[in-house]
Amino acid sequence: MIAAPLVEMLGITKSFPGVVANDSVNLELRAGEVLALLGENGAGKSSLMNVLYGLYRPDAGLIKVAGREVSIRSPLAAIGLGIGFVAQHPLLVRRHTVAENIALGMRGSFWNPVPKVRSKIFELSKKYGLEVNPDAPVWSLSAGEQQRVDILKALARGAKVLILDEPTSVLTPQEAEELFKVLRRMKLEGEGVILITHKLDEVMAVADRITVLRKGKVVGSLETSQTNPTDLAALMIGRQLEPVRASAVQVGASVLRLENVSALSDRGVPAIENISLEVCAGEVLGVAGVAGNGQRELIEVITGLRGVTAGLVMLEQTNLTNVNARVAADAGVAHIPEDRLQMGVVGNLSVAENLALRGFETPVFSNGQFLEPAAFESFAQKAVAEYEIATPNTQTPVRLLSGGNIQKVIFARELSTNPKLIVAAHPTYGLDAGATAQMQRLLLERAAAGAAVLLVSEDLDEVLALSTRVAVLFDGRLMGVVKRDAATREGIGLLMAGRELVTV
Amino acid sequence: MKIVLEPRPTPPISWLLMLSAASIFVALLVLGVVFLVAGLNPFSAYATLASRTLGDWDGWSRVIQRAIPLVLIGVGLVLAFRAQFFNIGAEGQLLVGAVAGSAVALFLPSLGFLTIPIMFLAGFIAGAIWGFIPAILKLKLEVNEVITTLMLNYVAATLIEYLITGPWKGQNQVGFSYTDDFPAAARLPLLGSSYIHIPTLLLGLILAVFVAVVLSRTRLGFRMRILGESIATARYVGINAVSTTLWVVMFSAGAAGLAGVGEVAGIHGKLLEPGQISLGYGYTAIIVAWLARGSPIAAIFTALFLGISFAAGDVMKVSLQLPANTTNIFNGTVLMLLIATEPLVKFRVKLEQVKLVKDAR
Repeated sequence: MIAAPLVEMLGITKSFPGVVANDSVNLELRAGEVLALLGENGAGKSSLMNVLYGLYRPDAGLIKVAGREVSIRSPLAAIGLGIGFVAQHPLLVRRHTVAENIALGMRGSFWNPVPKVRSKIFELSKKYGLEVNPDAPVWSLSAGEQQRVDILKALARGAKVLILDEPTSVLTPQEAEELFKVLRRMKLEGEGVILITHKLDEVMAVADRITVLRKGKVVGSLETSQTNPTDLAALMIGRQLEPVRASAVQVGASVLRLENVSALSDRGVPAIENISLEVCAGEVLGVAGVAGNGQRELIEVITGLRGVTAGLVMLEQTNLTNVNARVAADAGVAHIPEDRLQMGVVGNLSVAENLALRGFETPVFSNGQFLEPAAFESFAQKAVAEYEIATPNTQTPVRLLSGGNIQKVIFARELSTNPKLIVAAHPTYGLDAGATAQMQRLLLERAAAGAAVLLVSEDLDEVLALSTRVAVLFDGRLMGVVKRDAATREGIGLLMAGRELVTV
Repeated sequence: MKIVLEPRPTPPISWLLMLSAASIFVALLVLGVVFLVAGLNPFSAYATLASRTLGDWDGWSRVIQRAIPLVLIGVGLVLAFRAQFFNIGAEGQLLVGAVAGSAVALFLPSLGFLTIPIMFLAGFIAGAIWGFIPAILKLKLEVNEVITTLMLNYVAATLIEYLITGPWKGQNQVGFSYTDDFPAAARLPLLGSSYIHIPTLLLGLILAVFVAVVLSRTRLGFRMRILGESIATARYVGINAVSTTLWVVMFSAGAAGLAGVGEVAGIHGKLLEPGQISLGYGYTAIIVAWLARGSPIAAIFTALFLGISFAAGDVMKVSLQLPANTTNIFNGTVLMLLIATEPLVKFRVKLEQVKLVKDAR
């Protein structure tokens, strides 16, 4: 007799206003296996796991645990069913010790459970090879050790199923290898692991089976031994649509030049290393790469938001190394930021005020120290008409606008100064088809008119459709720059996974 | 059934006023209970308070007298709060302003008609320095400004205690810890027989209008508004957060310093016990600023409202034989309710039937 799978999810559908996060998803986890849940950002991996962990209630579908149909109403219920969740960033009390953190929230007697928990920790760490000192305060642990504590916490509560959300994103390669060893031990003990990830090499290294999600749907469920990274990348990214490609443009003189640029992330570790690249007038340089491989830092170095630890940032003849954002903007760098709501606009200010964020200190919008409301208004009227911004009026707080219209406000402002370089980060992320097309057209128009465009996007279709050349970042390094005509989805997918170093 | 909070994108002004009025009403009910416990009939107690504060000019003049420092400090705090700097130290900034003004009055050779402007200038600078310390600590070292500004209040009070019992103790004052009386040129003109010191009142009104204009019409004000709403956007457009915040805080603290000069030069005519210079104006002005919800002009009116509360405290002491601190119960309840009702500004509360997920077959 074959034992029932540890977990079965059948026909799970979960929608949010405007999007279907999961559309009739089926998923099966067997005892003693690692199942990789693979997909791009926004493919629905996290929302599916939130359903399994009781954080979301599905709109339709059913869940079976060990063959019994269950209703998981809360994380507590999930824990009761033996489902444990290890978040990307460990949820621990930093001032407390490891043992205290593991004891936290455990049911039991009135008395302090820590002594009992300590012996349990020793037992579990020996069984799974999870070395950790139970008496160390959590703040003194590295990210990898904190993750181990989170795993121990789940195991101590009797988890038979462990969900790991992008566990290696905070780990060094060595720590990641340690983690994989632990996962293999868990398999031997008959436990099941669901690994949420978008990293192909990890999947190949540790998973037994793979379920691939794209746009909320399962597009493939396969055995790891029957597949390869190239096929997985194609599945994950989707069939190649015939892209609306940019017409051939005259590529002019060099506008942006990076020479051996290195910079640190907010956490103070190297984020980009020794990057040299050039963007010319009239061309769109697409930057592809899995999120978190240095794209953010690259953009910030160019737009004056982050200093470099080495190297040179040149805009034509102007040195923009370690300048502030205003100097970069004045020199001719437009920035369409990734975080359009928090950074690109001020939600409580009006459409007219947001359109003037860049220029309000210039004579266009002010007279000496005083602002010119009439100038704000006439500029806003023109921008609203030209960019077809749907807003009740120019005095409406910008937060009341839709995402697409907020992005139009940002484009209108950033492009109004006829910049030499346009740095666009995920410019169409989360926009509807119409707004997406408009933003893409705007970038191409500006390139055709002689601006240099640096386009960072996770949407490979978009990168391939708009770019003259494609650069790929992996782990803070430039893996290669490929001419569009020579670029294939598979080749770029491999570079994105850090597979191969190509120079063209 | 479960309670659901639904975001409210644009809370209407009427709803804001309603919540403020409801907070005040509940605070009045709480105070009514205090009256009952003290053996008073709450209705007749309130009648007495109303007639003695708002019933005649004498009452009104006391209300305005109390509102003067509240306008100055309240307007400054509106600005600081909008820049996300939680200045709880206006009390101390007021006190050092009083010290600086007194120093000019007592120790500088006679300056004639310039005496009063120089006293105000000294008070403003002293307050601004008192604000500079926590501001620079926050901006450079991320020291929490709530703690530092609050602690500096005690430093300022202790400084005054030291001065009036030690080096500045008046030669002509017997039995009390005062400085000598200010010379006549250092006394502010009063309105009739009231204690309304006219220059300070005008300063407060001018400052409110000035701040309103700066915020809505100038480049500096626009920088402040961007910074106060979103630090990420301020960085993105290249606004220097450190210098902008520093100017805002020093201006805010300087305004409190002006209020301190007004109290010693307008009412007392000498430097005396900190508790007598200020009846907690620096703290009450937090409520003034909160009720004004970011508008410097509105702060004039909310200051007047809390002026009533202070004047009522005097009436309680004299006519109802209650401690004057009873008003603190009222003020505290109002502030607590204003903060507690903040989620109601941003969210609409709804009761929702919980839908059970039907298993799909």
